[in-house]
Amino acid sequence: MAGLFKFFGGVHPPEHKAQSTRLPIARPSLPPRLFVPLHQHIGNHAKPAVRVDEVVLRGQMIGEAQGRISVAVHAPCSGTVRGIAPALVPHPSGLSDLCIEIEPDHRDAAIEARPLDWRGVPRATVFDHLRQMGVAGLGGAVFPTYAKLAGAPRVLDTLVINGAECEPFITCDDLLMRERAAEIIAGTLIMGELLPARRVVVGIEDNKPQALAAMDAAARQAGGAVVVVAVPTIYPGGGAKQLIRVLTGIEVPTGQRSTELGVQCFNVATASSVWRALVRGEALTHRIVTVTGNVREPRNYEAPLGTPIAHLLAQAGELPGTTGFIMGGPMMGFELPAAEVPVVKASNCVIAKSAALFPPPAPELPCIRCTRCVTACPAELTPHELYWFAKSRNFGKAQEYALFDCIECGACAYVCPSNIPLVSYFRFAKSEIWAREREKNAADDARERHEARAARLERDKQERAEKLAAKTAAAAPPPPSSPASSARDTALVRTLSAPAAPVTPTRSPDEGASRADELETDRARLRELAEQKHEHG
Amino acid sequence: MNITPHASPYLTDATPVPRIMGQVLLALVPAIVAQVYFFGWAIVSSLGVATLGALVAEALMLKFRRVPAAPFLADLSVVVTAWLIALSLPPTLPWWMNALGVGFAVVVGKHLYGGLGNNPFNPAMIAYAVLIIAFPAQMTRWPAPLALQSAPPGILEQLLLPFSGGLPDAMSMATPLDTLKTQLAMPRSVDAVRQAQPIFGQAGGRGGEWIALAYLVGGLFLLARRIITWRVPVSFLGALFGLAALLHFLAPTRHADGLFHLLAGASMVGAFFIATDPVSGPTTRRGQLLFGAGVGLLAYLIRAFGGYPDGVAFAVLLGNCCVPLIDMYTRPPSFGHKGERR
Repeated sequence: MAGLFKFFGGVHPPEHKAQSTRLPIARPSLPPRLFVPLHQHIGNHAKPAVRVDEVVLRGQMIGEAQGRISVAVHAPCSGTVRGIAPALVPHPSGLSDLCIEIEPDHRDAAIEARPLDWRGVPRATVFDHLRQMGVAGLGGAVFPTYAKLAGAPRVLDTLVINGAECEPFITCDDLLMRERAAEIIAGTLIMGELLPARRVVVGIEDNKPQALAAMDAAARQAGGAVVVVAVPTIYPGGGAKQLIRVLTGIEVPTGQRSTELGVQCFNVATASSVWRALVRGEALTHRIVTVTGNVREPRNYEAPLGTPIAHLLAQAGELPGTTGFIMGGPMMGFELPAAEVPVVKASNCVIAKSAALFPPPAPELPCIRCTRCVTACPAELTPHELYWFAKSRNFGKAQEYALFDCIECGACAYVCPSNIPLVSYFRFAKSEIWAREREKNAADDARERHEARAARLERDKQERAEKLAAKTAAAAPPPPSSPASSARDTALVRTLSAPAAPVTPTRSPDEGASRADELETDRARLRELAEQKHEHG
Repeated sequence: MNITPHASPYLTDATPVPRIMGQVLLALVPAIVAQVYFFGWAIVSSLGVATLGALVAEALMLKFRRVPAAPFLADLSVVVTAWLIALSLPPTLPWWMNALGVGFAVVVGKHLYGGLGNNPFNPAMIAYAVLIIAFPAQMTRWPAPLALQSAPPGILEQLLLPFSGGLPDAMSMATPLDTLKTQLAMPRSVDAVRQAQPIFGQAGGRGGEWIALAYLVGGLFLLARRIITWRVPVSFLGALFGLAALLHFLAPTRHADGLFHLLAGASMVGAFFIATDPVSGPTTRRGQLLFGAGVGLLAYLIRAFGGYPDGVAFAVLLGNCCVPLIDMYTRPPSFGHKGERR
């Protein structure tokens, strides 16, 4: 392994990791009810595959993957489906989403394992298996793993396995690496062969010596094809782009995927679930969650997906003085609307907040342009200027200053002497820009629809008129039953056969509508006329 | 704007603004002590008047702007401005001129532009510029070093000098830069002037050279505390020294050497305490180097060829004018944009 590279910026927040690494990973007791969301991944919702009152087994598919990007969802325990209805899910805005409510029967009856001879079948079959097993990235983004593997170029230069775990408080990957290193390495090797990748590197921050030792030993035992590298502890060194930069020296250009440069990055827990899905034939039904903060016994749980957070907090012994719950880490996580929300594939950590651990923020003062944020920003942005543009709603300028390169790591706000919630300003600016783009797209769509309709009406009119003209020409000259009306009708026919004026997009919709009405009445009259003629003929 | 009251990050490691400003004040203490030692106690009164005036002006402006006064008075930024003004004025300047300058800096230089963080010009230098244009005679009337006064007054008398209506002739003396400028116009050579006039010291001005070193000590403290970065002071002093040394090499009788210019006038305080003001200075790394060098060059040009004995204040103000442009053209490419042409 060549030397490591550095990325610009970064901060060193207090780690708070020691408290939750003292105890091994535990299996929590089953809660009275589980709420398994059907949308735990990036992409389309899974479609419910069970009925209410149906008895399900552990590992049974309860949500079917739909569309190009989606994965299946499985029952994490045996029991009875009690409902398929919207319930609160982990989201900063307190959104509800479709969940399958399961009442466990404590028999722990499982469906038969479905391992796959992944070397003996086409790649597409392997990818479909991973999709059916619900495997998605457990590092936080929850992108379907099969889609990422399938999207790689023929031969990948480097497969990066992310065990950096740079955010304070979170230790789920640390414990997983300590206890199940062989599993991770086996999954890593499978991915390395599937892609295929020329070399495989695992990056682990050097504040996890036990995980490093365990992973290194497992890698050696597996033949040494996987290189385990200690990377410097600096937040956000676990960001995919940052880790790729540190390990390979590649700076992924904005707007490109690392895949295009021959590098892909997966989390260690994802590697382990790939191995479980293919070799053990187990679907992704559990994940390791760090439960820490203001609890009596901070530790990691291998929690069934769908377990209410409150149930885990009760097991860890939530202490008095808890003021709220953070899902994720303290730098990028979000405050949960309620502790009833379930554990999902993205839930790596739950922190019980207390005033002692997280003092309320000091009042926001004006920016003094000290540029501490610039020095901290790993995306090499100028947060003080982006703040100014966001505040003055100068969104064009914000985009020019690469607002969308912000990874919302929070390093800028962490060092700001004026206590400015910079990331909130950037999220605000981004959502405003997205909202405006949606509005603009909607308006564009409406205009296009209108233009298409106007063009269609003109075309119809022309076609009918042509048909009519042809018919009139073919038929014998009509008997003059009523000369006045007949003359008018001939004039009408002539008007309608005349070539249509080109449709101008500048015409207002009202004009279009009234002309369409006129056209409709004319058409009705023509139809009448034609019928009369037939009778006469 | 709807900003979530408390979204991530939930951790902070910020050095609060009051602590930053407090350390700047602390860094000024060595120079104040040196000033008292070499030039007497008048500076203490002058600092007091400026501080009081600045706090009153700040409180009134915050009240007019309907902004809660307490957090802004407590941030100490206005005290830093006040001290820098007092330290750049003759310490014996009549107190009301001092207060006028401070008031102008706080009201016009700071709050009319939107208060803390929004002023395009360094408020302390605004005060200096206004006063030297309005009261050129008083502003160039500096006290002689105590060592050169035949009968220096007592401490109380020294403290009362700013309130006494003017500095007695016996106690005043032109500054080294002023002396150099007028004597060179005689014309005399630099060496002749520096040997003949007692106001000159070993390398700079008598007493003044030690005050300059005290500012250097304070500046190094700020560097060590990471309150300021090296770019502006180094480029400022480097450019000033470089130009002075070049001209001294070309015409040694007409231009004093580089070291003299580093230790004379407001070079050191300007480089470490004035030009490093983050609010009115550039924010990019390249921009800070450009800005420092530009201000250093301008300061020397005004000193040597302009109408004022020292040029730091005007050089900084002219530099401030260029800051938005400098920032715009020196923005570094962000992550993922390397190798792109802007």
